[in-house]
Amino acid sequence: MKQNKIKYWSIILIILMALIILVSLLALCTGSAGIQLKDIPHILFYGKGTSDYSILLGIRLPRIILGLSIGGALSLAGALLQGIFKNPLVEPYTLGISGGASLGVCINIVFSFYSKIGIIAYPLSGFLGASLVIFLVYYLNNNTKNIKSNRMLLTGVMISYVASSLVMLLMAVSKTDDLQNIVLWIMGSLDEPNTILIKMVLFGSLAGLVVSYFFCFDLNALLLGEDEAANLGVNTTRTKKFLFIIASFLTGLSVSVAGIIMFAGLIVPHFMRMIAGPDHRILLISSFLAGAAFLVLCDVIARVVISPLELPVGVITGIIGGVIFIWVLSRKQVTL
Amino acid sequence: MNQILFIDNLSFKYHEKNVLKDISFSTDPGEFISIIGPNGCGKTTLIKIISKINKPEKGNIYIKGKNIQTMSNKQLARHIAVVMQSSEPVSMSVEEYVLLGRLPFFKKYQFFETAKDIALAHKYMELTGILKLAHAPINEISGGERQLAAIARALTQEPMLLILDEPTSHLDITHQIQILELISSLKTTLSISVLMVIHDLNLAAEYSDRLVLLNGKNGTIYQTGTCEQVLSEESIQEVYQTTVKIQKNPVSKRPCLFLVSQNALNQKENPIL
Repeated sequence: MKQNKIKYWSIILIILMALIILVSLLALCTGSAGIQLKDIPHILFYGKGTSDYSILLGIRLPRIILGLSIGGALSLAGALLQGIFKNPLVEPYTLGISGGASLGVCINIVFSFYSKIGIIAYPLSGFLGASLVIFLVYYLNNNTKNIKSNRMLLTGVMISYVASSLVMLLMAVSKTDDLQNIVLWIMGSLDEPNTILIKMVLFGSLAGLVVSYFFCFDLNALLLGEDEAANLGVNTTRTKKFLFIIASFLTGLSVSVAGIIMFAGLIVPHFMRMIAGPDHRILLISSFLAGAAFLVLCDVIARVVISPLELPVGVITGIIGGVIFIWVLSRKQVTL
Repeated sequence: MNQILFIDNLSFKYHEKNVLKDISFSTDPGEFISIIGPNGCGKTTLIKIISKINKPEKGNIYIKGKNIQTMSNKQLARHIAVVMQSSEPVSMSVEEYVLLGRLPFFKKYQFFETAKDIALAHKYMELTGILKLAHAPINEISGGERQLAAIARALTQEPMLLILDEPTSHLDITHQIQILELISSLKTTLSISVLMVIHDLNLAAEYSDRLVLLNGKNGTIYQTGTCEQVLSEESIQEVYQTTVKIQKNPVSKRPCLFLVSQNALNQKENPIL
């Protein structure tokens, strides 16, 4: 039985890896420059200095890496949150965590924290805003025994509204060049010129994945409910706190670089749970990988739909995710 | 100090109300104790305090002479296993579910179950008779089978004390008897002590070695003792405010309660009254 499980998990991982390579290649040859897939090896090996070379390595590759990292981070955050709250509709956006992160980043822009402590101010402020919201949502709903209730989602959506209203308030009172910064950033896109930020997101999301694996068994136990998990030796308070911090970290990081990307963390864990099962040992990594591939694919779609113009990638994830959200909500029994 | 569980002068308050007050009792190795009492008398709270989910206001609990407050949740889970009243629905297989009982024994950086873990899970699925359901999803089997799976999971923890909260509620008599036979066989086959919360007084009397009757009014223990000592018409009248008739079960000779309708009680000519 154990051999079968390892075999099945390996197959899933291999397929997801192949999928990532596939969408990355697709993303590499999608764009207005008209670079063909078959030309790519030639350009990479012999084309140093040409404009095609710099388009591939200077523009498209960083964008793919960012897309993979952010897609992975958001899906992982979604998988962790769904595990803690035992609710398949929970993810960074629906819980208002993305909203909190965006408010944090706006405050950072308006008060110019980034000029004082450097570029790290973006992810840091995103993380602080995200963790503030996650603990707020948790404690507002903790007193009700029935944490599964969609009241928590409602709280999250309301916090999102409050956060976006506050963002607008900040925009209204901010200076013109700050305003432009905020607007550009809010539009949300994977087009990020700053390589330090891209590296930060890449290593940050990988670190989040590694750290979350320390809690994969606790998450499995939490599937049975908090009391049952405690009976199985899980220190539930501590575990939840750590997982909240990891989820806020992943969300804050993503939002601070790419703006709000809706529902990316909802769809992927939901489908991976159907395919790979509820065991978090495989669910976390497979959500991460599938999320990575999913976001890059969405980005490709966003770039070709109204080409030569491009849509914000959040529009694509928003449409797909919103429809799936409604579908999940309308199904009779929703269990993890 | 041969006791498995020793509860020493335990009190618990909820919203300034005494839910449990001055509770003391102990269980010997291989002893089957049932906790009985009216609704809301703190039976489930007591279980949650023993399993460290709730913190007592006063008093201590010892497992094998060791205060549970000094133990980590994981250490505690290696000694006691709890079968809660209602598990939340999950979509894992019965085997995966039972294997979760091995979590307290996972070493740091261990990622897969060992052969021993799987062997233990299979042993207890066999013992509880659910091995044939190993690959069935846990949320698609019957209530009785799910209860058996929960017991198998608890046994996979290889505990010295098994705690059960209403293991027979919502089950038909076939499964009630099946589950209680299983639980009472554990003391001889595995020398596990059992602490069970149960509403059905007749089932409690039939299977338990000793009873702890909680008093719903002030959270104290009304009486502890053998089934014959605790189950009297007077004590039931006092604790449950209900008139019952108690006779001996003709086969097992254990006390057996008869609930009587008001109408029948009023008929004075009834010879038994």
